[in-house]
Amino acid sequence: MMTIPASTSRQLATFTLGDMYFGVEVLQVQEVIRYQEMTAVPRAPAVVRGLINLRGQIVTAIDLRRRLSLPALDADRRPMNVVVRTGEGVISLLVDEIGDVLEVEGSCFEPAPDTLVGPTRELVTCVFKLSGRLLLVLDVERTVSLDDEAALLDRVA
Amino acid sequence: MGNLDDLVTEFLVESYENLDRLDRLLVELEKDPRDQANLASIFRTIHTIKGTCGFLGYSRLEAVTHVGENLLSRLRDGELVLDAPMTSGLLHLIDGVRGILQAIEQTGAEPDTDFTALIAELEHLNAGTSPAATAEAASVPEATVVAAVTAAIEPVIAPAPADDRASGEGPAAADHGRQGLADTSLRVDVGLLDKLMNLVGELVLARNQILQFTATQSDTAFVGATQRLNLVASELQEGVMKTRMQPIGNVWSKFPRVVRDLATTCGKQVRIEMVGKDTDLDKTIIEAIKDPLTHVVRNSVDHGIEPAAERLARGKSPEGRLLLRAFHEGGQINIEIADDGAGIDPERVKRKAIERGLITAEHAARMGDHEATRLIFLPGFSTAEKVTNVSGRGVGMDVVKTNIEKIGGTVDIASRVGEGTTLKVKIPLTLAIIPALMVSTGRESYAIPQVNLLELVRLEGEQARSGIERVQSALFYRLRGNLLPLVYLHRELALEAQAGPDLVNIVVLKADDRQFGLVVDQINDTEEIVVKPLGKALKGVRVFAGATIMGDGHVALILDVLGIAQQAGVVSEVRAGVGACASGAAARGEAEPAETWLLFRVDGHERMAMPLHLVDRLEEFPQGVIERSARQEVVQYRGEIMPLVSLAEMLGAGAGAAADPRQVIVFAGEGRRIGLVVDRILDIATEAIAVTPTGRHPGIHGSAVIQQRVTDLLDVPSLVRLTAGPAAAAGAAA
Repeated sequence: MMTIPASTSRQLATFTLGDMYFGVEVLQVQEVIRYQEMTAVPRAPAVVRGLINLRGQIVTAIDLRRRLSLPALDADRRPMNVVVRTGEGVISLLVDEIGDVLEVEGSCFEPAPDTLVGPTRELVTCVFKLSGRLLLVLDVERTVSLDDEAALLDRVA
Repeated sequence: MGNLDDLVTEFLVESYENLDRLDRLLVELEKDPRDQANLASIFRTIHTIKGTCGFLGYSRLEAVTHVGENLLSRLRDGELVLDAPMTSGLLHLIDGVRGILQAIEQTGAEPDTDFTALIAELEHLNAGTSPAATAEAASVPEATVVAAVTAAIEPVIAPAPADDRASGEGPAAADHGRQGLADTSLRVDVGLLDKLMNLVGELVLARNQILQFTATQSDTAFVGATQRLNLVASELQEGVMKTRMQPIGNVWSKFPRVVRDLATTCGKQVRIEMVGKDTDLDKTIIEAIKDPLTHVVRNSVDHGIEPAAERLARGKSPEGRLLLRAFHEGGQINIEIADDGAGIDPERVKRKAIERGLITAEHAARMGDHEATRLIFLPGFSTAEKVTNVSGRGVGMDVVKTNIEKIGGTVDIASRVGEGTTLKVKIPLTLAIIPALMVSTGRESYAIPQVNLLELVRLEGEQARSGIERVQSALFYRLRGNLLPLVYLHRELALEAQAGPDLVNIVVLKADDRQFGLVVDQINDTEEIVVKPLGKALKGVRVFAGATIMGDGHVALILDVLGIAQQAGVVSEVRAGVGACASGAAARGEAEPAETWLLFRVDGHERMAMPLHLVDRLEEFPQGVIERSARQEVVQYRGEIMPLVSLAEMLGAGAGAAADPRQVIVFAGEGRRIGLVVDRILDIATEAIAVTPTGRHPGIHGSAVIQQRVTDLLDVPSLVRLTAGPAAAAGAAA
């Protein structure tokens, strides 16, 4: 997605999924909202949890845990919506918890380690070494693009 | 004023604006006669008016502006210097032009008034280059000049009042008339209208929400207020919708030219007539029907209307007639394109369809003339006997049909051999807000567009238990003697049904001319809903056409009736047109609800079957034409490289001795053709079957009894999947 000059700093909106700490470009985030009632879409790809009414606009909510092949969130916990603007339109990413907006220095940047596996490896563009934990930067465009998967499901159906 | 051509209206509005500006500019110019920019601007304006009125055929106006232009051009080039008489002359010119424009606006034609005096004055000014005259004019005191000029211009002013009288009540009427166009119309960005439309949509939703809430209230003042809100919102909605409306004439206006050019190319004589040009349509719909209509018009001229000699021989007038008609009917727009040409010969259409493998001979024999004519809507159908540069390029009526259906419209055709063809298109007024029936299944609400809705049937108690008949795996309800295939919504959506066995709610729907009953848990209200598109992530889900926000703020999905019918197999996907024809027969109670199967033999499987509608063609390929590409056998077929897949190998029977020539079933999978090599084609059978699963057998999805014999059913989708690898490889190698 991007190559970052080592000197510049970036602002990332952060959130967690289980014990993983993610960030997305703050400019791509339209808003962060509490859990919303969703309308399930039968026959949709599994990662699509449903549709939410965002002030009259219908927004597709993508379950980021399912997208990254992580186990589902405990039934008694409700995910938060990180609403992002993408080439596919406005989409809500369902995450466990919202973190702060962090300003990260280019010097802490590393390409995504090869040891990451599965969908996480595909969707994480780079890693920032923060003190004590790693911040995985998510490629929003690829995350919301379900082309391969939708086609796959369509065929199976 | 209402019957003026759009072009003229636009010309008038624009010219009025320009004339007002000219008044100002001329006065400014008088103060500084050498202001080149100003002069150039005045010249351009008059020049534009002259050009446009010449184009529109207003010869008087053209003559008047022409002299004015001459004068201005000399002023601009510095040959003359503007003085008071010239300014007055030019102002008179502007008045004169304004008078003519007003007359055009009110009567639709130029006034009969004589402008020779005005023209003479301008010419005189133009010729008045004698320095003496100019010097004299410059030297006499101002008052004298005014008097002299007034005297000179007296005859010139005369026409203007006469003009006003002709139009009614003098200057007041003229002012009033101007208000009609210039002051009451303005250009608005379409984006702004779209935004307004969205906001009104939201308002309508909020109103619905409040109305629902009101039902629980008893405060009369509050109820009264909501009723007013209700009315105002409805009217506002209607008003905003109107702003997006455009007359269909906007699309039609280019047809005379298209028809003329095409007729000349084809050596034909064609006259085009239009009725209902001012029928209004939503802008988005206008955009959507532009291309399909053009295609139909071209088709009519190219294929429909005969050359003059032929027409004379048949006792018709040598000039063919193409009639475009548009009118409102039942909340829909009807557009008819009729020609008085050769008509469509149903027998020829049938022959062609059989030749192209679109239908079977047996099927054709059962078809009525109307059904046969409708075959032209099938993909890959074109009867043009010679390929011309206008049609016969494989883009046919099927594209027209698909495009019209995409916007919720329908297409039908009526034709009489030797008398002509009429194509009837019905389209909705608007796409943004549609009436819909709300139903629920599995605790969720879904909206069904009312365009698709025919009727509602509710079966209770005993009726519900015994009214539904089963023909093997398919369920039917006998609706007034006709078998109505039933589709259970909860099954199509993979949900749990909530309704008990004592109650069956059937929504009778129409998809692609075919009727079917959609069984839902509950039928709720009808509502006006605002259609919102689904995100791209959901574009693969074909059972939904969009979503809407309900009164309570909840999102409800809008069902795509055609998509559901296709998924349930009520309407076949590939040959939807044939399905429609078959359904016509079914509606008359002639045909059994059955599927047609192609039976064939493969090593290891004595009898196999696949649905005939998936089959493109049956072919034989001699060994000689088979080539290899990336370890895959391929043949060159209709301009593409088609992989040949040995079914025996795919089903794990090992490669048998290849017969020569190969028997190949050609079908389209994943957007490209695949050739399936089988041992022998056996037969075609039309039967309703019950499938027995055969366990996990790759490539086979069950077996059934066809023609009293057990037959394995080919699992075409999984086959396509299995083939995707080699096919893709072959494609890449190509």
